Amino acid sequence: MYKQQTLSFKLKTLNSKLLSLSNEELKQELLNLHPSLIFEEGGDWMNMFIDPLEWLSFAKQLRAKENLFFDYLFCLTCVDWKTHLTMVYHLSSLRYHHNIVVKSKLNRENAQIETVCRIWKTAEFHEREVFELFGVNFLNHPDLRLLILPEGWEGKFPLRKDFEDPVNMIKL
Amino acid sequence: MDVKSYPSNAQNSNLAFPGQIHQTPGGGILTSKLDDVINWARSNSLWPLVFGTSCCAIEMMSTASAKYDWSRFGFEVARASPRQADVIIIAGTIVNKMAPVLKRLYDQMGDPKYVIAMGACATSGGPFFYNTYSVVKGADHVIPVDVYIAGCPPRPEALLHALITLQEKIKSGATREQIKIDGTKI
Amino acid sequence: MIEEITTIEKDDLVVNIGPQHPSTHGVLHLIVTLNGETIKKVEPHLGYIHRSIEKMCESLSYRQFIYVTSRMDYLSAHMNNLGCCHCVEKGLQIQIPERAQVIRVLMCELTRLASHILWWGALAMDVGAITPFFHAFREREVINDIMEETCGARLTMNYMVPGGVMFDLHPNFQKRVHDFIALFKSKIDEYDELVTNNFIFKARMQGIGMLSYDDAISYGCSGPTARGSGVSCDIRKLYPYEIYSKLQFEESIELGCDSYARYLVRMKELRQSLSIVEQLIDNIPEGDFQAKTKAVLKLPKGEFYSRVETARGDFGVYIVSEGGTTPYRIKFRSPGFSNLSALDHMARGQKIGDLVAMMGSLDLVIPDIDR
Repeated sequence: MYKQQTLSFKLKTLNSKLLSLSNEELKQELLNLHPSLIFEEGGDWMNMFIDPLEWLSFAKQLRAKENLFFDYLFCLTCVDWKTHLTMVYHLSSLRYHHNIVVKSKLNRENAQIETVCRIWKTAEFHEREVFELFGVNFLNHPDLRLLILPEGWEGKFPLRKDFEDPVNMIKL
Repeated sequence: MDVKSYPSNAQNSNLAFPGQIHQTPGGGILTSKLDDVINWARSNSLWPLVFGTSCCAIEMMSTASAKYDWSRFGFEVARASPRQADVIIIAGTIVNKMAPVLKRLYDQMGDPKYVIAMGACATSGGPFFYNTYSVVKGADHVIPVDVYIAGCPPRPEALLHALITLQEKIKSGATREQIKIDGTKI
Repeated sequence: MIEEITTIEKDDLVVNIGPQHPSTHGVLHLIVTLNGETIKKVEPHLGYIHRSIEKMCESLSYRQFIYVTSRMDYLSAHMNNLGCCHCVEKGLQIQIPERAQVIRVLMCELTRLASHILWWGALAMDVGAITPFFHAFREREVINDIMEETCGARLTMNYMVPGGVMFDLHPNFQKRVHDFIALFKSKIDEYDELVTNNFIFKARMQGIGMLSYDDAISYGCSGPTARGSGVSCDIRKLYPYEIYSKLQFEESIELGCDSYARYLVRMKELRQSLSIVEQLIDNIPEGDFQAKTKAVLKLPKGEFYSRVETARGDFGVYIVSEGGTTPYRIKFRSPGFSNLSALDHMARGQKIGDLVAMMGSLDLVIPDIDR
């Protein structure tokens, strides 16, 4: 097994040195995949907005397409802008070393989006955390329940901006 | 063995402070000497419980290791099971989810048991006092504490000082275990 | 494929490990479903040290929130602080003077050494050897003394500020680090002799906790956990920060994919960190140790992300700012959170006695996971 590992490892590092897309090429490829992406300027990495209903198919293509190959989801979080919630996914490719940030706007009352834990297994824990802290429902998640908060905190969503807890929180 | 107990008229209004210790009239030489011996023996072989939640646990481990060795003072064996431990050193923050676990551990320990609250978090919530929804602001909301240590994290020498203070407190007979009012413990 | 065990069969035993347990490295509650001695499923229950740090940071200023990250992953406190300072510096577009950069890298590498030394001692104690614990703390005390003289604290030193470091180096710093380097070179060989080549240790670690290359990437593992499976993910090499691009060091990668490979990666990292410290200690440039910044920092409106390589992996700080003096939202991407999600996958089919060795090789620090 050691010899197989060494060979596949050498092939993988070789690949990364050959094909690495520049920013313009990357933008074009992504637009080809999904013409309705909205790009946002500013920031280190390319930011784009996508509709939550189209997220799962876009994510599958990001992972599967050979010259994109985003295999490393390194940050999954949510931001509460008081009128809506935004899911933020930071993706990276360990083969080609390009990074993108995909965002998706959700309604506050009925926040739901498809889960991507079947594509990137790290999302399973991260999505549970976002579910308990913000209240975003992840459709088809295998095990959506409280991870970090104690029992009895199901409906409370502490990281939302309108969270009030006069018992526990002592304001400065 | 109620060597130090209140006189029988407990309604007496000159009992200003509930923890005041009154000597029995005429002394009680044999029983007090025996108490001294027992207190000396208890204080010099306290076995701590392995309980560290966060950063203070590293300083507790440093105290256990070779440079600041606490086994010189009798804290030789750190037991993992609360049934076999005498003193619980709460090293780290206590949060709402951990508080019932702490209470259960304390209840499982056998008498006489002592508690040391190590660090700012266990004393009062520490750096996590304001604007947190999940931190218990001080371990003494959950279990009664004998010695508090300040610091974030306190130095190993501070922990040793606290352990020696606990030993002196036991020898003087002033811990919660030893103070009794009307035959019942506080 | 995510298998879902929803029914417990008649002969299964459900065992609770923790939260108060000598080998869970903090308060980790594992619910292990066993069939005899074979593990069927490991379910971590987190949250026993959840101090709501992200909510708290929304009310702290940009200079104040850095101290909190020292307490998250307290063994690599400097590196966590560095990640936060980088994020703020990216927002303010500050240039760090060269002396400050060298001091920062020196402190980070010394902290990495201290963290790996403690990991080694704790892992050996979990596996059954008590003596290496005392050896490890003996060396760690030397590093703690060096840190205390310069930074003021032993464990949670708040030395990094946006713009540089808080104080200049103590005059004794160079001499003490030279003494430490001379001491530690012989100690690493002693560690290898004591534990690495020990046949009992090898029997307990080899073949245990296999994590393949693709699984390591899919589970988001980083740091030595992923490098033990052949994934090249050292942030110091891929996206260099500070002066890492000018230093000569190798990325430690092993291809074994088991616990022993992760162990060997960290032992290699010890040697690499020592060589980085050696390269830098005689070449500290003169100059300012802190760039001039305003007293009250205000980040412009926008989002900033910075990644640093801590002793456990890839630590990310994501700041969303609305232009005020306090951040609107901070997210700390902790390496332990993703590394822990791989525990269930690597533990299935193994024996319960090997679970502790697997957790030790992952090097988990639970306050880092729970934030």
